[in-house]
Amino acid sequence: MSKSVNIKDLNVYYSDFMAVQDVTMDIAPRSVTAFIGPSGCGKSTLLRTLNRMHEVIPGAHVQGQVLVDGDDLYGAGVDPVTVRRQIGMVFQRPNPFPTMSIKENVLAGVRLNNKRIPRATAEALVEKSLQGANLWNEVKDRLDKPGQGLSGGQQQRLCIARAIAVEPEVLLMDEPCSALDPISTLAVEDLINELKDSYTVVIVTHNMQQAARVSDKTAFFNIAGTGKPGRLIEYSDTTTIFNNPVQQATEDYVSGRFG
Amino acid sequence: MSESSRVGPRMSAATKARPADRIFRLLSTSAAVSIMVILAGVALFLIVRSLPAILANWQTTPELSTGPTGGFASFFSYVGPLAFGTVWASVIALLMATPVAVGIALFISHYSPRKLAGFLGYIVDLLAAVPSVVFGLWGILVMRPFLLPMQVWLNEYLGWIPLFSGKVTSTGSSILTGAVVLAVMVLPIITSISREIFLQTPKLHEEAALALGSTRWEMIRLTVFPYARSGVVSAILLGLGRALGETMAVAMIISPAILVSFKLTTEGENSQTIASNIALNFPIASGLQRDALIGTGLVLFVISLAVNMLARLILNAKPGGRKLWVRPRTEPRAKAIAIAAAEAGAETAIDTSQRSPAGRS
Amino acid sequence: MSGSGTLKIPATRNRLTTGQLPRFASLYTLGVAFVLAAAVMGLIGFNAFGLAAFTSVFYLILISALSTAIENRRKAMDRFVRGLVTVAFLLALAPLVSTLWTVFSKGIGIISPAFVFTSGGSPTINPNTLEIVSSPGALQAIVGTLEITGLATLFSVPIGLLTAIYLVEYAAPTFWLRRVVNFLVDVMTGIPSIVAGLFAFSLFSLLVGPKAFSGLSAAVALSVLMIPTVVRSSEEMLRLVPADLREASYALGVTKYVTIMRIVVPTAIAGLATGVTLAIARVIGETAPIFMAASFTDAFNGNPLNGPMQTLPVMAYTGYKFPGQDIALSNDQAWGAALLLVALVIVLNLIARIIAMIFAPKTGR
Repeated sequence: MSKSVNIKDLNVYYSDFMAVQDVTMDIAPRSVTAFIGPSGCGKSTLLRTLNRMHEVIPGAHVQGQVLVDGDDLYGAGVDPVTVRRQIGMVFQRPNPFPTMSIKENVLAGVRLNNKRIPRATAEALVEKSLQGANLWNEVKDRLDKPGQGLSGGQQQRLCIARAIAVEPEVLLMDEPCSALDPISTLAVEDLINELKDSYTVVIVTHNMQQAARVSDKTAFFNIAGTGKPGRLIEYSDTTTIFNNPVQQATEDYVSGRFG
Repeated sequence: MSESSRVGPRMSAATKARPADRIFRLLSTSAAVSIMVILAGVALFLIVRSLPAILANWQTTPELSTGPTGGFASFFSYVGPLAFGTVWASVIALLMATPVAVGIALFISHYSPRKLAGFLGYIVDLLAAVPSVVFGLWGILVMRPFLLPMQVWLNEYLGWIPLFSGKVTSTGSSILTGAVVLAVMVLPIITSISREIFLQTPKLHEEAALALGSTRWEMIRLTVFPYARSGVVSAILLGLGRALGETMAVAMIISPAILVSFKLTTEGENSQTIASNIALNFPIASGLQRDALIGTGLVLFVISLAVNMLARLILNAKPGGRKLWVRPRTEPRAKAIAIAAAEAGAETAIDTSQRSPAGRS
Repeated sequence: MSGSGTLKIPATRNRLTTGQLPRFASLYTLGVAFVLAAAVMGLIGFNAFGLAAFTSVFYLILISALSTAIENRRKAMDRFVRGLVTVAFLLALAPLVSTLWTVFSKGIGIISPAFVFTSGGSPTINPNTLEIVSSPGALQAIVGTLEITGLATLFSVPIGLLTAIYLVEYAAPTFWLRRVVNFLVDVMTGIPSIVAGLFAFSLFSLLVGPKAFSGLSAAVALSVLMIPTVVRSSEEMLRLVPADLREASYALGVTKYVTIMRIVVPTAIAGLATGVTLAIARVIGETAPIFMAASFTDAFNGNPLNGPMQTLPVMAYTGYKFPGQDIALSNDQAWGAALLLVALVIVLNLIARIIAMIFAPKTGR
């Protein structure tokens, strides 16, 4: 249930403004890939193009290809809704649906897509997803309580449970720990390590230690200056990026000399 | 999870048509378009109905030369004094309401204890919830006798000022009484908008002024007033818009005539307002006379549109002003209550549209 | 504001407080002003409003003078303005309290189950005493008010809510239709209520003919006033729904329509319902448009499609302006109707608050 992602000559635009230029990279299935780089370098933008979430912003469009196991996300006639059902996303800030209980939140993706599932299947799915998100033991006694009553870290893991309940091929995470305290961050990082057994995980992070801890491969992005597009500077094994990068800019960044 | 649902559609497969999505989009778009239709309808029907009376020769048309429309050379000589009366009564009301309203807004935003501010604002908004017919009854019963001695005094001692000259009212049914009641009615609008704007003053500016050793009043004069000036002007204009269209309080209180008069304390020769004139004469008017009244309504429509649009233009030009859709009567509370309700759920509120695309990392 | 900390400071005056009025100076000044005002009242005759007015004036003069003498002009000005805005606030309370009290005290006398549950018919002559008997009753007005506002709500809420959804969820910020609709909603809020009544009358008189008065017509008039209110409050509430929630929903592969109906609207439902309730509270007290469009009648008419209908605000108006033979009774009925109307408005406002509390998203914390 995990697929490879191949990005080919991708340019991303907001109206006329080019935000990301000429990215080509291959992401292997069952791995964790981290996107790092200074603010405004286009890493979040690139991430959002992997499940066409950037289209939520009016005027955003891309040139190039994103292939998921060979199928082009931007091919003619591809419905972004279909894309998003297969490529899940977890956001910077935990965003459980406030009108729903913990259980309903987990089932939201299935239910809102008008799939009717038997009660027993639903219960099993809730337990499986929450266990997959390392949250089951903490919430199993209060599944009918509102999701917003959980702590920030729990909420974020609930969002991860919600995302994996629809069994996506790829899981995108946009700075999933930036709004969390260190202990919650640790819980989510542990979870990411487990998730890669079943999913292709792509994570954007500002935190270089985090990238070093959780990812197999790391991509470093940078911009030449304000108003210039972001570019992929270096993409390699995480150990290579952090220990002996090829590019001077990468070394400057990971050693903390700028950014 | 059943295995069957795992077999998702292939990415390149043809898009499944989603008719519900399209129908709903169409539905909400047509609702938006219907706003245009309704407004066009309002203007169109008023014009169609009133055109015969506007174009008629009032002296040779028997229906128009008698009854409520009798004694006027043309539609324009009929509506002229009424338009004057409308603006005159509203302006006097505003002159009284504005200082008090701005004072209240300042009291709530900068002087009252923080914890009480919301409650005090609610009290003032409550004033907006009272139906205008109730203010009319109250004006008749309470304000007329209450203001009568003052008007007699004004007439007696300040009668040399043209405003207070003439034969003083014996019942209190003067334009001054009407304007006081109008002032009470427009007070909450001006207050709630001014209050919002005062509260929007950048905290940094305020603190900078206080840090320089300003007293609270100096801080307000230095930072709050310059920041809020245009907003308060538009608040006053919105209040004016409300006063212009107010019918019942004026119709019930003043004892009018269709003429141009600046006298404040007389009765039977107060300048009549358009709205009040329509309300009083509509039941007794017939055919063409009704058309004439509808014509005056059209003039009122145009005047208040002009005032409201001016107010909006000023307000919308202000950063953050677009959000001040606060409008006559009860809405300020709607907003306050609902925001309080939503805040509990909206702790994660980030407006994506406000993040600039370039700011995305 | 004495010094604190481990160091024991002798009970001398803090030098930071020199040249300042003592803490309760304004309270004492107020007392003095009150006594002075009472004395003036004693001279020219007592009157509660006069007492309050003179107290305020004396207080403002005294505090400014005191502060100028002991502190400085800047502080004096500050104290003067503080007093002035407080007086402004109290001044606004006077009409509110007075209005509510007047309506209550004048209206309560006639309120009875009979007044609420029977309709006051046209006056009849008692054959035995040959007296004209008119029975008080407001049922026809209550039914009329509920039917007309109900219909108006039925017209306004779908149009208003869908327009708000269009503005918030569908229209791109720079799209011409959005800008036009935004502008027109502003224009629509500026329509004087009587003009809405004239519009409904013109519309129905052209469609139906001379006998144009009906509850339906009044409902159309009220809708013209209600739609912009509903659009604006709904728009505001929908915008408060965090964009994160929409994104979370889209990221699960949920379609836009389902996202709006199952995520956005339920999240905003408290605000939406509150806004609608307050919009109803606003139009329920409208007199002029209903008067133009539905005219008035003493007879019971439960059919909004045909013939004049009575409503509470119009009853309050006509009871004073066009009283029946028994003028005193008409006036009493007017106050009774006014009291019922105010009660209705207050109840609607309370409902709005309760809705806001009940439907507010629960945190469960």
